Amino acid sequence: MGGRRASLPLVSRLCTSVKPRNNWVQKRSFITAKDLVVEEQPSGEEEKRAVTNKLNLFSAVNQALLTVLESDPKSYVFGEDVGFGGVFRCTTGLRDRFGKHRVFNTPLCEQAILGFGIGLASMGNRAIAEIQFADYIFPALDQIVNEAAKYRYRSGNLFNCGGLTVRAPYGAVGHGGHYHSQSPEAFFCHVPGIKVVIPRSPAQAKGLLLASIRDPNPVVFFEPKMLYRMAVEEVPVDDYTLPLSSAEVMRKGSDITLVGWGAQLTLMEQACDEASKEGISCELIDLRTLIPWDKELVEASVNKTGRLLVSHEAPLTGGFGAEIAASITESCFLRLEAPVSRVCGLDTPFPLVFEPFYMPTKNKILDAIKASVKF
Amino acid sequence: MAVRQALRRAGGRLLATQGAMAPAALGVAGRGLSTSAEPITLEIPVPFKGHNVEPPSRTVETSAQELTEFFRTMFVMRRMEIAADSLYKSKFIRGFCHLYDGQEAVCVGMEAALNDKDCIITAYRDHCTHLGRGGTVLEVFAELMGRKDGCSLGKGGSMHMYNKKGGFYGGNGIVGAQTPLGAGLAFAQKYLKVEGVTLAMYGDGAANQGQLFEAMNISALWDLPVLYVCENNHYGMGTAEWRSAKSPEYYKRGDYVPGLKVDGMDCLAVKQAVKFAKEYALKNGPMVLEMDTYRYHGHSMSDPGSTYRTRDEISGVRQERDPIERIRKLLLSHEIATVAELKQIEKDAKKEVEDALSKAKESPSPDSEELFSNIYRKSYGAKSYGADRKEVVVTLP
Repeated sequence: MGGRRASLPLVSRLCTSVKPRNNWVQKRSFITAKDLVVEEQPSGEEEKRAVTNKLNLFSAVNQALLTVLESDPKSYVFGEDVGFGGVFRCTTGLRDRFGKHRVFNTPLCEQAILGFGIGLASMGNRAIAEIQFADYIFPALDQIVNEAAKYRYRSGNLFNCGGLTVRAPYGAVGHGGHYHSQSPEAFFCHVPGIKVVIPRSPAQAKGLLLASIRDPNPVVFFEPKMLYRMAVEEVPVDDYTLPLSSAEVMRKGSDITLVGWGAQLTLMEQACDEASKEGISCELIDLRTLIPWDKELVEASVNKTGRLLVSHEAPLTGGFGAEIAASITESCFLRLEAPVSRVCGLDTPFPLVFEPFYMPTKNKILDAIKASVKF
Repeated sequence: MAVRQALRRAGGRLLATQGAMAPAALGVAGRGLSTSAEPITLEIPVPFKGHNVEPPSRTVETSAQELTEFFRTMFVMRRMEIAADSLYKSKFIRGFCHLYDGQEAVCVGMEAALNDKDCIITAYRDHCTHLGRGGTVLEVFAELMGRKDGCSLGKGGSMHMYNKKGGFYGGNGIVGAQTPLGAGLAFAQKYLKVEGVTLAMYGDGAANQGQLFEAMNISALWDLPVLYVCENNHYGMGTAEWRSAKSPEYYKRGDYVPGLKVDGMDCLAVKQAVKFAKEYALKNGPMVLEMDTYRYHGHSMSDPGSTYRTRDEISGVRQERDPIERIRKLLLSHEIATVAELKQIEKDAKKEVEDALSKAKESPSPDSEELFSNIYRKSYGAKSYGADRKEVVVTLP
């Protein structure tokens, strides 16, 4: 486990050493600029520190898109309202810099946006499509599932749409209601042929997005909208990628393994902190890529701790936590000390006024950790 | 009650805001305001434009009663939307709130030509449409604030208001998804010989959704009595119509479906067009009605509404085409009411809205059991824990 960590590139190690302070104030706490404490990396030699900027999530995404548009003349960014910068400001300044032929608005037609992107990508271009909210991605589901995912397979590798990347903001935001809060990642995890990537923070987002865009497979990239402004981190200014299908251990532990992704990790970290006060040592893993997911890392971790807890905002039944639970039960059955625990959203449509009850909160996670340890 | 029946007889279904309206109307009538049902003939200033259909005549028959009711109802709607604006800003309403002020003439004019056998389904800008179908201001406010007395029990919010008795099928969040539903409603009406039409309403942004064309094709193929009403307020969120549509002439986009372009800021033009279209649809099949209208607020409360259009444009429309002012001028020029009487109507309307607002604020939040109710017809059929993960809320039957 330790060897694996040391083999990560320098910038990743710097990113993973960024730690929040422990005095959270808000119900749903986020890393804010003044809470950041960048640890000095112990190293024997004089290492050049990477130049970084304090950026929030939408600025990190913006930088990644800027890098791609600069480095590859055949890359395009399109979607509803991306021209003026987008409703979350991820595409600010791109149109002014690269022109309206490379950064352009589409009408209100998700199915056509995806179909168009697939066609563009199949001619060897990098098509970066934005869906304004993940809740609106469903008209495009057919295009993603039936066209994008199967293109390479059914043409015997004659054609492919690997240059396609679909970006969509997902997740609860406190007041989003039914159609601005959904986490639809499970629908896409059921489709062989595409990749699903979810970053947890600005530095992760820039690296993962650059990797997703350059990956020769179509990628659906979900960005936690709750963190667009609230998460702030030191993000390296240069061009770097983080590996796909590689999960990351955020904190080491020995009693229970926790697996999550995106904004949920913030809550899981808080639960881990509280659990450690009661003497429970938690190992926290950020899955980063949901399909194909880093089974080896999770299996190795569960083989060490003997317990697993998965947490996500999407409803419990049929969520991606179910896949992880089934898979780990298959491979680590004899090692498991307790059933795999899933702390997820309730099996209801995403509610309006009931959102606080629906959400998998820190206390629910903490309860589940304790129940698992005491099993 | 007697007043409501009288208004019904006046022609078409007029807005029936239960209870609060009757005393006001009686009081107003008592002051000498002419509420006679004598027909008044007027000429619609802006001509209709037809696509594959001969547009209706520009001469419309109305009455003092109808015009007064138009004025009163639109004023209540305007005050309600403005009150919703301040509620949102003081955080009583959270989430999304899409306001309809400026577009009132569309739903008020429509209601004058419809009855309760007709159905309406619309997108998320539905507060006033809900009122038109028989909802009350109290229900709207309570729903906006997520309280029990809301029309959807507080579970729907701004975008999801429904009224079963009035045949109002909502209130839909996903743009354009309501149009095929409208085709289905019309099929049911035709099959059950209800003699009603469905108005499937959508906006200029939704006009580019593929599902709208699928719905139009189905309804033309099967001659369904559905009217596709495009409320063209010229901006799909922040995108002007000419930037998102190759052809912003939405009434022509039905191609084989005939269309009519109507001045959506004129209640009487809307009433005439809907009356004409309803007769057409009951005999022949679908028609597209493009209502040329305008919204003063931004797309939603998080949109200032001035980054993609100039303030001059907004105030220009308000000065020249405001639907309430237009009716006010008619009422004054035809001596149906004096300035003082109109002021009284306005005062009563403001009071009605304020009373509804204070009552709505007292309404409690829905019970926590509502989180799990009505997902399926019978109980959910699984174990779901409450927020504390200890109490089992729903179990297998």
